[in-house]
Amino acid sequence: MKKNRPVNLNLSTVQFPITAIVSILHRISGMILLPGVLLLLWMLDMSLASQASFDTLSEWLGNPLLKVALWAILAALAYHFVAGIRHIIMDLGFAESFESGKLTAYISLVCTAILVLLAGVWVW
Amino acid sequence: MVTSVTSFGRNGLSDWLIQRFSAVVLATYTAFIVIYLVAHPGLTYQEWSGLHSQLWMRIFTLIVLLSNVAHGWIGLWGVLTDYATDRLMGAIALPIRMFSMALYLLVALAFIIWGVQILWGVN
Ligand code: HEM
Repeated sequence: MKKNRPVNLNLSTVQFPITAIVSILHRISGMILLPGVLLLLWMLDMSLASQASFDTLSEWLGNPLLKVALWAILAALAYHFVAGIRHIIMDLGFAESFESGKLTAYISLVCTAILVLLAGVWVW
Repeated sequence: MVTSVTSFGRNGLSDWLIQRFSAVVLATYTAFIVIYLVAHPGLTYQEWSGLHSQLWMRIFTLIVLLSNVAHGWIGLWGVLTDYATDRLMGAIALPIRMFSMALYLLVALAFIIWGVQILWGVN
């Protein structure tokens, strides 16, 4: 094959804009939350059923596996929360241009990162 | 084409609105619980069950669970009708959509009944 044949569309030059990444992550975090809220409801059940089950739950929450699972769900929730509010702000007609969309996308990522860190501190 | 009869409110605009309203409810609850937990370090069972034995908290939480079911239904429907389509998957798309929504409905019903039992079981 000729080395210098023309390339019609060089895929390596195509990049998702940050706004597209923020959007697809919102979708992915929503899908994680669908099963994730079941774990949260189970925890609510354990925490409220009785003093004994409350204590059992706090004991179980010492388990690293459960900690990681809980943190993952809280991370998805934090992200979905922040990006969801950004989405609604845009639905209301604010910050809809590409430039401001990029800015709020970055702000969302930074806010989420902080919340996810704090959630990690709280879980551990 | 994907028919819309399985959407939550039977039309796109009402689905769109329900998803926004439910999102606000879910966000309010999330913020409330986070602030409550931060304000009560070393939370005891007495405080926690005391909060949930109040009628307003039971009603609030139940509204949140119902909002969650509606929000997730609309969300899942949107995702499925984007990817589980005849064009992307062929004839298997319809059974996949139907199975997923049926499964969701079953789990959602159990979710609500379970939630009611948790909330009204607190004393
Ligand atoms: C915490 C507060 C929440 C907020 C502010 C929020 C906000 C939103 C918004 C605005 C959308 C619409 C996105 C669009 O039309 O493209 C959405 C979609 C979605 N949400 Fe939520 N949500 C929240 C909680 C949840 C929870 C708890 C779940 C899971 C049970 C969930 C699951 C989903 C799913 C699966 C979608 C569809 C994703 C998509 O179409 O891209 N959300 N959310």
